[in-house]
Amino acid sequence: MSDLIEIRWHGRGGQGVVTASKLLAETAMGRGHYFQAFPDYGPERMGAPIRAFTRLSSQPITLHSQVEEPDIVVVLDPTLLATVSVADGLKDKGILLVNTTRAPAEVRRAIGLAGGRVCTVDASHIAIEEIGREITNTPMLGAFAQATHLFDIEEVAAELRTWFSGKIKPDLIEANIRAFRRAAQEVQGEDL
Amino acid sequence: MSTFEALSGNEAVATAMRQINPDVMAAYPITPQTSTIQRFADFCADGLVDTEYVTVESEHSAMSACVGASAAGSRVMTATSANGLALMWEVLYIAASNRCPIVMSLVNRALSGPINIHCDHADVMGMRDSGWIILMSENGQEAYDNLIQAVRIAEHPDVLLPVAVCQDGFITSHSIERIEIYDDAQVKAFVGTYQPRWPLLDLDAPKTHGAVGFSDYYYEHKRQQVEAIAQAPRVILEVAEEFQSFGRDYGLFESYRLEDATVAVVVANSTAGTARVVVDRLREEGRKAGLLKLRVFRPFPARELADALGHLEAVAVMDRSVSIGAMQNAGPLFLELVAALTLHGVRLPMVDYVFGLGGRDIVPREIEGVYRELFQMAETGQVRQAVSYLGVRE
Amino acid sequence: MTGKGWRELPSGGVILEAGNSVDYITGDWRAFRPVWGTAECTHCFQCWLFCPDSSILVDPVTERMTGFDLDHCKGCGICAAVCPVNAKVRRHAGEDLAQDDPRLCITLVEEGRIGG
Repeated sequence: MSDLIEIRWHGRGGQGVVTASKLLAETAMGRGHYFQAFPDYGPERMGAPIRAFTRLSSQPITLHSQVEEPDIVVVLDPTLLATVSVADGLKDKGILLVNTTRAPAEVRRAIGLAGGRVCTVDASHIAIEEIGREITNTPMLGAFAQATHLFDIEEVAAELRTWFSGKIKPDLIEANIRAFRRAAQEVQGEDL
Repeated sequence: MSTFEALSGNEAVATAMRQINPDVMAAYPITPQTSTIQRFADFCADGLVDTEYVTVESEHSAMSACVGASAAGSRVMTATSANGLALMWEVLYIAASNRCPIVMSLVNRALSGPINIHCDHADVMGMRDSGWIILMSENGQEAYDNLIQAVRIAEHPDVLLPVAVCQDGFITSHSIERIEIYDDAQVKAFVGTYQPRWPLLDLDAPKTHGAVGFSDYYYEHKRQQVEAIAQAPRVILEVAEEFQSFGRDYGLFESYRLEDATVAVVVANSTAGTARVVVDRLREEGRKAGLLKLRVFRPFPARELADALGHLEAVAVMDRSVSIGAMQNAGPLFLELVAALTLHGVRLPMVDYVFGLGGRDIVPREIEGVYRELFQMAETGQVRQAVSYLGVRE
Repeated sequence: MTGKGWRELPSGGVILEAGNSVDYITGDWRAFRPVWGTAECTHCFQCWLFCPDSSILVDPVTERMTGFDLDHCKGCGICAAVCPVNAKVRRHAGEDLAQDDPRLCITLVEEGRIGG
């Protein structure tokens, strides 16, 4: 399992955190890889801070403990930076991807992060402009694909399309794809 | 042709249920099994199964309805967890003693109190004397495979006992993983049609189920149950052999890197997967660690376990429940394994690690600690402490 | 100890002989026994309808009551209580009647007494 990647997602209930985690899982399966996508369950209500986890590997994953040292942390809601230690356990060479209007250096200062690599994208703004609602998971997936190079943009876009067909109207699917691509373009990252 | 799908453990079990298409499902929701019966309800609503879905008002009613439907001559399924299982406790014994081949998905969760929805084995351990066959599953794939095999095991004329298929609450029930779903027709052919032996609905041969049996007959009925479950290991292995046609191998337990090991951990369900990672890591360091993952808890494969473990220099059992007030306040797996090994003349240093109660996470680092202790025990022959509580805050 | 061994019993406690409760004699549970006044009986079948132990014997061809199944009658007295002939004899509810009142259709006598 030397290519095991562990991802932790932070968001609030109702923001599509679990969907984002599942979507990545489906993409991994599309390429014949193995994955685990599981949430952290506590009191569940809209707006409560929630965490979800994804493991990805080209080999079967038998580990069933929680993710303690993620390679990537994705924060879908910027307000969580103030209340949740989102960077806990982040590996030294790990990536922290945050939905925020702030630049990476600012985020690093704000949370006092040493190590890792910070990437930011204003997914909320993109979502509102392209989709008309502040559901940030699709743009965040675009930023994710671009920042981590774990998946091809087109690979994830195709998976998004499959995921949404039949569930939402075609023009809304296209809006989501637009938001996805735009975030991939606009994501900023610190140089390694 | 199989397909690969991204499914949670619960969804995988629901899929198996769809493919089996039981006559009756009587169930009541409880976290963390709810998504199983919810998904199955979708299948019913979408006309993908012919199942009569009885939405009962409690788990006690669920199992009661299952017993009635089974006695009538139906193939019956249900699902529950923890306090839901506890609520149907009296009917579990009735299901087994009335020889109803009911198949139940049991998603393991802690028994209250305090109120806890997370993974723990207290629920299944509480039914260990009920007469049910109990299968444990490491992940969603195993839960799916076990559920399919459970139907054949339960309905075998030499057995005719209900079967509980366990998997860890949240850890595998809610973890979406890559699951191989077999062809519908292949699964259907494997489970076949239920041939009830003495159905109540056979009006040409009226009969009585669930009669009274006073002190002049009760004992003989229990002896019959014992005989039936004694046939189960043979039947379980026969069904597993047939199941190889799906490309998977099952036994009474799985021995992982055990044959040439000097020490081993014995554990059930998802923690076996995490332990597997630790074993591989230790093997890379040249340490001869092994793992025994228990699949069949009831009937307890005592002799086979003694044979598999007899060559080791030290063994640790990991128990995700505790039998409060038992000897040394140990866990039930440990208590049974000690008895099994002793009975078969196997004497070796053995310890118990109770862990993960109420969903407390267990990480590779902690399991590595267990192995390091085992290597010490193997070297010195000394046991520091028979029963320890791993991961509790002192 | 008499009775079948575990190997001989049908499993699951299933009783395969339909209606074999007939073989279980419960008549010896009685403290009181019904006695029938054949002259007064109108063969209305109310006693047969209400008997919880199916112990009123009737002839389906002649449509007449013929007696009691004393192997199974438990002496509950419901037959006497519902009998319309008995009801007519009572001038008010709860009136105590002499057990040997010849106007009664069904009377109850203590077990052990020779009556009838």
